[in-house]
Amino acid sequence: MNERRMLDDQHFETMIEEESICTSSNVVYDAPHKALYDTPMHYCPGCGHGVVHRLLAEVFEEMDIIKEVIGVAPVGCSVLAYNYLNIDMSEAAHGRASAVATGIKRVLPDKLVFSYQGDGDLAAIGTGETIHTCNRGENILILFINNGIYGMTGGQMAPTTLPGMKSTTSPFGRNVETMGNPLKITDLVAQLPGTVYVTRQAVHKPVNVRKTKKAIQKAFEYQQNGGKGTCFIEVVSNCPSNWKMTPLDSNKWMEENMLPFYPLGDLKTPSGKEN
Amino acid sequence: MKELKLMKGNEALAEAAIRAGCDAYFGYPITPQSEVLEYLSREADKRTGMVVLQAESEVASINMVYGAAGTGKKVMTSSSSPGMSLMQEGISYIACAELPCLLVNVNRGGPGLGTIQPAQGDYFQSVKGGGHGDYRLIVLAPSTVQEMADFVELSFELAFKYRNPVLILTDGALGQMMEKVELKVQKERKFEDLGWTTTGRNNGNGRVITSLHLKPDQMEEINIHLQKKYKTIEENEVRVESKNCEDAEYIITAYGLVARICNKAAELAREKGIKVGVIRPITLFPFPKKEIKELTKNAKGILDVEMNAGQMVEDVRLAVEGKVPVEFHGRMGGIVPSPEEILEKLEEKFIGGVV
Repeated sequence: MNERRMLDDQHFETMIEEESICTSSNVVYDAPHKALYDTPMHYCPGCGHGVVHRLLAEVFEEMDIIKEVIGVAPVGCSVLAYNYLNIDMSEAAHGRASAVATGIKRVLPDKLVFSYQGDGDLAAIGTGETIHTCNRGENILILFINNGIYGMTGGQMAPTTLPGMKSTTSPFGRNVETMGNPLKITDLVAQLPGTVYVTRQAVHKPVNVRKTKKAIQKAFEYQQNGGKGTCFIEVVSNCPSNWKMTPLDSNKWMEENMLPFYPLGDLKTPSGKEN
Repeated sequence: MKELKLMKGNEALAEAAIRAGCDAYFGYPITPQSEVLEYLSREADKRTGMVVLQAESEVASINMVYGAAGTGKKVMTSSSSPGMSLMQEGISYIACAELPCLLVNVNRGGPGLGTIQPAQGDYFQSVKGGGHGDYRLIVLAPSTVQEMADFVELSFELAFKYRNPVLILTDGALGQMMEKVELKVQKERKFEDLGWTTTGRNNGNGRVITSLHLKPDQMEEINIHLQKKYKTIEENEVRVESKNCEDAEYIITAYGLVARICNKAAELAREKGIKVGVIRPITLFPFPKKEIKELTKNAKGILDVEMNAGQMVEDVRLAVEGKVPVEFHGRMGGIVPSPEEILEKLEEKFIGGVV
């Protein structure tokens, strides 16, 4: 009886008016409206980018740093990140986001600067900039989304594509003998004296989403407190469209194949302890 | 009181950058311009707090310039020919995003790795765009160490006035040679919100520096806007120097260092009774089309002289619209022509001369 009444529009309206529910005292979960535009994202269903964007916006609001942050968008799927994040941002040429971020941070050292880059951008065409930015210990955050494929250009092999993994340019699977090995660039930058906080996270489960958010927050806190080097966060992510899987399957595949190769956790922390 | 110093062109330019209140320099060593980076590394930070960073490549340098210029600070880089080639993608982005900045090319002989001697082979690259897409730089060509210094402040003025990258196109000889130079007084480094800069979100929504406009009608609009701006620059910013053109039978056109050698050649010619004048474009973009047309209208011929295979000569020909015969003499690969050689070529090509 109750259920029938709830489904009946007229009864529903007479019973509860929307305004009476949507009060600030009743809100348990809301979008970070100040730092995130209220607009549909162009990302494919199930893609990790949207989640990471939202986490950034949440951190900006919670830390009250919307006016302090300046972001750099890459070339790749997240090229239009500035259409979603309502902060000052600069678009960068393919691979050069960390150089652009360096330029900004050097002339505005009190601002909180970050680059947001995919695997092709950061670990193929931009490898030189990535390594040297980290080696100089620029006080910025490099946020690295690794889904092992070129998303925007339609699924070509990335520097982080797993051995045997299929892409449009490794249609029979990545043959490491002819195509080279996947690059664990996060492990590489963790070895450099310029990095202060290097971690690998994911956003495919609520627990991982929370850990990634914590990592982003920590990175901005380190930078805010004077920063003694580069913070580098890799987020291992999925690409349902180009992996040709449902979002759910892609997360399962990621867990079974990507995570053993790119294990989650801190590679380097300021205290030297793993969190 | 005048502050006079004997300085290398590269060092005078670097000193002028400090005094102009430049906020940041990003660069990479390459001969024959490394003195700019070296001088600034020694002098800049301790005197004005100016940022000087040796990047890992010219590609990184130009993208650091892009990032820093987006904040509205006075930013610059310098390089020489092969390094400038590496920067072209970034310069195209800077031009489209309309970021003010100063670029310096101390031109050396090419193509390829070429030589480290002076040349003017980068004229096309400098004035016709250089990178991909339809864009222009404002290009200034100094011919003395004094102008190497003076053009720095002028470049920043023009860059901010038009929100456009400005290039000082010079060469290895001007960069390396020493001359007396009068230095300007130190300007304060100033920083203001220009309304479009990314300095951390202020009132209103976040600002964006970008050259990406996916919708074709939007991208065409950007192009139309840029072309309109270039037109305004062509109308207002032409700079040119002419010597003894009023009664001249023959006129030599040349820019930069070569123009000075041509002045000597013109002197030698007048000693021989041949009336020769010299036109020196100071801005290579905007090119002094009208001025060249006007100044050469009574001339029997124009000799264009360059340290390349003939690049500016195309613009000279376009300027005179076929009304005056235009001949060319050029040396390449780092060879600097002599005044005698230039006079000989002028006589050979127009008077049926000495050969």
